[in-house]
Amino acid sequence: MGGARAMSFDDIAARLDAIVAMPDDALVAAAAQQADELLALGETVLEAWVASRGETPTAQTVEGFRLLALHRQGARGEPSFNACRETCRELVYHHNLVRLDPAHTDTARRLRLGAMVARHLALFIGGKLEVAGLGEFCCASKPLRQNETSAPAETVRQ
Amino acid sequence: MSGKYKDVAYYPGCALEGTGHAYNRSTKEVGKALGLKITELKNWNCCGAMEVKNVDPKLQTYLSARNLSIAEEMGYKTVMAPCNGCYHNLKKAEYDLAHDQNSREVTDRLSRKAGHKTYEAGKVETIHALDWIKEEIGEEGLKARVKNSLNGLKIANYYGCMYTRPRHIFPEKDQGPGSESTSKPHFMDDLLAAAGAENVDYPLKTACCGGAHTLSDSDTSTKLVLNLLTTAEACGADVIATECPTCHTGLEMHQARAEKVFGRKTKVKILYFTQLLGMALGLSARKVGVQENFSDSMDLLRERGLY
Repeated sequence: MGGARAMSFDDIAARLDAIVAMPDDALVAAAAQQADELLALGETVLEAWVASRGETPTAQTVEGFRLLALHRQGARGEPSFNACRETCRELVYHHNLVRLDPAHTDTARRLRLGAMVARHLALFIGGKLEVAGLGEFCCASKPLRQNETSAPAETVRQ
Repeated sequence: MSGKYKDVAYYPGCALEGTGHAYNRSTKEVGKALGLKITELKNWNCCGAMEVKNVDPKLQTYLSARNLSIAEEMGYKTVMAPCNGCYHNLKKAEYDLAHDQNSREVTDRLSRKAGHKTYEAGKVETIHALDWIKEEIGEEGLKARVKNSLNGLKIANYYGCMYTRPRHIFPEKDQGPGSESTSKPHFMDDLLAAAGAENVDYPLKTACCGGAHTLSDSDTSTKLVLNLLTTAEACGADVIATECPTCHTGLEMHQARAEKVFGRKTKVKILYFTQLLGMALGLSARKVGVQENFSDSMDLLRERGLY
């Protein structure tokens, strides 16, 4: 599942926008590859989060998917990260839908929805990367408020 | 009707007295229409929200425990909280008091200082407005009461991130058929389908709305919300149904902001599930506070004969 490595978040967002905008026949013509690419883009996003915490992104899989293993790794010690747990699972679900039946009449729509799900993952993690060091559960505004009253925290650049 | 939740304590929380007023109004009206009694907690306080929780989690546990203590003192075994943040915090306090000695000690100390009984875990059950209607009325009961079907209305049900997370504070969920799912919640889908609506398969039903960033990092929130809205439209939804005042306000405000800042206009309407259920039960749009929403859904509702 190559093709998505070493991309910036802006590149990822642009690529996902391009997939959403593709005509049906172009999406269907390379459905399996598109599904794999969406998964790879999701992995790239999660790798950035794991790497920003000074860890090596895992090569292992959970339920057969590296994306889910990366999510589990990224959520360790960071409960708020679970807010993207189902987003990751939805991405895998849409990947599987397309991979299992690429000729299905709904394939183009499924790929577009998959791209939108991947976009949400990128936006969510992009936001968390910008505000490194977050609240207990939700992506709370604690660090931002702290920044208003103390020295600015180090910002993780994407 | 099980009778279990026919008469419960009601904890509206701060948001329902402000930006979520329409949710407060529609919850009360729907309860009345369904013959369910709710009694507001006397002298309730903030649940601790995210602000207190991030500064001092034990204080948040105490604040929520005080509300549970009030419910107990009023003679209730169940408190219903329609706001996801309040619901989450009451559940979290319940969990912490049951599993963490330090939380119990801090709550006891602060309760004594404040001069009220210390709440002990297990005395009061916290439920969401969805549990309340689903458990007490159920789909069949609701179908029998529908006067104005939502037939033809395509709905994306949006639960937000706090209704199901973290899993361990919701022990009643994921218990097989009939229980709520933390990975794929469906109670709102079930109720609105019973009211005649057509639910679309919405892949972002528990995704983050960026609520906590709303004031401090608006662009992130706007982009997250815009993606929620465009995805709902791609799924064919006319309406996004909400069950959290923070999510609801975020969706409405950032829908407008997305158009203003990013030039991206979306048409999908945003309504509380209680507003939709209320109209299905024959209540007027005004009675359930549709006019209080920032998202103007009047044309759509008129078109569908609901206004």
